Amino acid sequence: MNIVLDPLSYPFFVRAVVASSIVGLVCATVGSYMVLRGLAFMGDALSHSAFPGVVVAYLIKVPFYFGASIAAVGTALAIGWVTRQGKLRSDTATGVLFAGMFALGVFLFSLIPNYVGDLFGFLFGEVLGIGLSDLISLAVLAALVLGTLVLLWKELLYATFDPLGAAASGLPVGRLDYLLLALIALTIVISLQSVGIILVVAMLVTPAATAQLISKSFGRLVGIAGAIGVFCPIVGLYGSYWLNSASGATVVLVESAVFCIVLAVTLVVERVGHPSAPAGV
Amino acid sequence: MSGSIGGSPASAGSPPTPAAPITPAAPAAPAPQAHDHATGPKAGGPMEAVGVPVPAIRLAGVTAGYGDRVALEDVDLEIPAGALVAVVGPNGGGKSTLLKLIAGVLKPWTGTVEVLGAPAGREAHRVAYVPQAELVDWSFPVNVWNVAMMGRYPRLGPLRQPGRADHEAVAAALERVGMLDRARTPIGALSGGQRRRAFLARAMAAEVDLYLLDEPVTGVDVPTQEAIMELLTAEAEKGKAVVATTHDLGAAVRHFRSIVAVNRRIVASGPAALLTNPEILSQTYGGHLLVLGDNLGILDDSHHHDDPAGSERHFHDDQRGGRS
Repeated sequence: MNIVLDPLSYPFFVRAVVASSIVGLVCATVGSYMVLRGLAFMGDALSHSAFPGVVVAYLIKVPFYFGASIAAVGTALAIGWVTRQGKLRSDTATGVLFAGMFALGVFLFSLIPNYVGDLFGFLFGEVLGIGLSDLISLAVLAALVLGTLVLLWKELLYATFDPLGAAASGLPVGRLDYLLLALIALTIVISLQSVGIILVVAMLVTPAATAQLISKSFGRLVGIAGAIGVFCPIVGLYGSYWLNSASGATVVLVESAVFCIVLAVTLVVERVGHPSAPAGV
Repeated sequence: MSGSIGGSPASAGSPPTPAAPITPAAPAAPAPQAHDHATGPKAGGPMEAVGVPVPAIRLAGVTAGYGDRVALEDVDLEIPAGALVAVVGPNGGGKSTLLKLIAGVLKPWTGTVEVLGAPAGREAHRVAYVPQAELVDWSFPVNVWNVAMMGRYPRLGPLRQPGRADHEAVAAALERVGMLDRARTPIGALSGGQRRRAFLARAMAAEVDLYLLDEPVTGVDVPTQEAIMELLTAEAEKGKAVVATTHDLGAAVRHFRSIVAVNRRIVASGPAALLTNPEILSQTYGGHLLVLGDNLGILDDSHHHDDPAGSERHFHDDQRGGRS
């Protein structure tokens, strides 16, 4: 019995590993921008606001991607719009909108006569059950998000670092803000099946936060975050397979553990008196 | 009369308001030229030679603010190419607001703002804006080279990656500000003066015709101040317009050729020597000013924090608005 190869004989496990690694990569990349903008809370908010979309999609029997995308992207744009009106702070607008949307989701969910297990899976994720068609949808959406970032990484970086300077030099900072929110929303939709509404914020934020501890350039930040994002789901799924634990939670726990280790190492290194980051991590 | 930038709007009833124009472009006003060496772009400013030069910046009847609070009222102002202008005034007096209007990132409630011959924002790729140091996240994971390269992004456009010309422009800009040997240093590890120079390099790498700088020499040591001003003076002499806000009246008089004094309105504009006029100073700072011989100092600027004009408020608003 081979601890590594054995699970790979099951197609569902292979699909889950592929899906989770794609999700991890996209989350880590988008999450790098989120962390630099102080938008960590936004990830939590948008994932919760996708819930009514998932429920409605289930009720009218369309793929959940459609419902979740409309609800999450719609909420993202609404938060952006309310904030730009200048009447409310961003976190206030976020709090109001996401709680309302999540309540709508729970409300609709409670109206469904018979309890439905796979819908419940969206709260905590059930990547081991992902089908081939869902995997293909996921890969297409992931390519869309990553492709947009490849095209616009410079502009998003400038607008994140110095919004005033970027706007003055002609970059459409307002539209870039909306775009980033929409990308975050799409990323969450991609992640829902793997890690679920409650835990997706960890996939977004934890790899980038870990990378931020040890990188002083944006390229390295994204690179390290991406590597963590791809690697941790693989370890997590093996763990989940052997321990028979919840897959989404196990993946998130692996990412959290990596964060704790890196944090501890950087603290020790600083204490010892080498302010520079350890090269090997 | 409108050619004199500050003259008319100082309607607070101020006969002493000097209104020596920053621009010589006023019809039939040959005399003031002598005052004002800011006007002549000595090297390669063809527009001055022609009969009707287009000013680099023109504000007409501009009122602007944040939310429902007025920050600037009734502003008429012209600044020619080749000018080196300090914008002075109390906190909350509208210095940064004026800069943002010119940058096109804040739309006026009324009036028009023209920059480089077009509505503000239209010629944005020819404008560089350097924010106040306090508004920059210095823990951001970028180094000096990355910051300077950002100056090239707008002209590159979304699809193209920086090429050889961009690398050369960035290297040349860093060389000019004396930061080439620091190119790989993260911005968080720089001193205050080095940080300012890194941002100045970004502006220079962008190869613009108008520099807008928010407090470029505040809180840096004297040698750095001199170095920065030398670079900006050289840019003005090339025919580029340089507009900088400053709290430092001494620096404004020493280093700039022209000034615009604002306190919700334009109090005065013209040669930098205007700032030695006590009457203009007291109108600008509302009496919270100490004049000791040649030394100028703001005695008590803090009272402005309490007045409804809002003092530092709009900086925080900006920061929030910009990042959300």
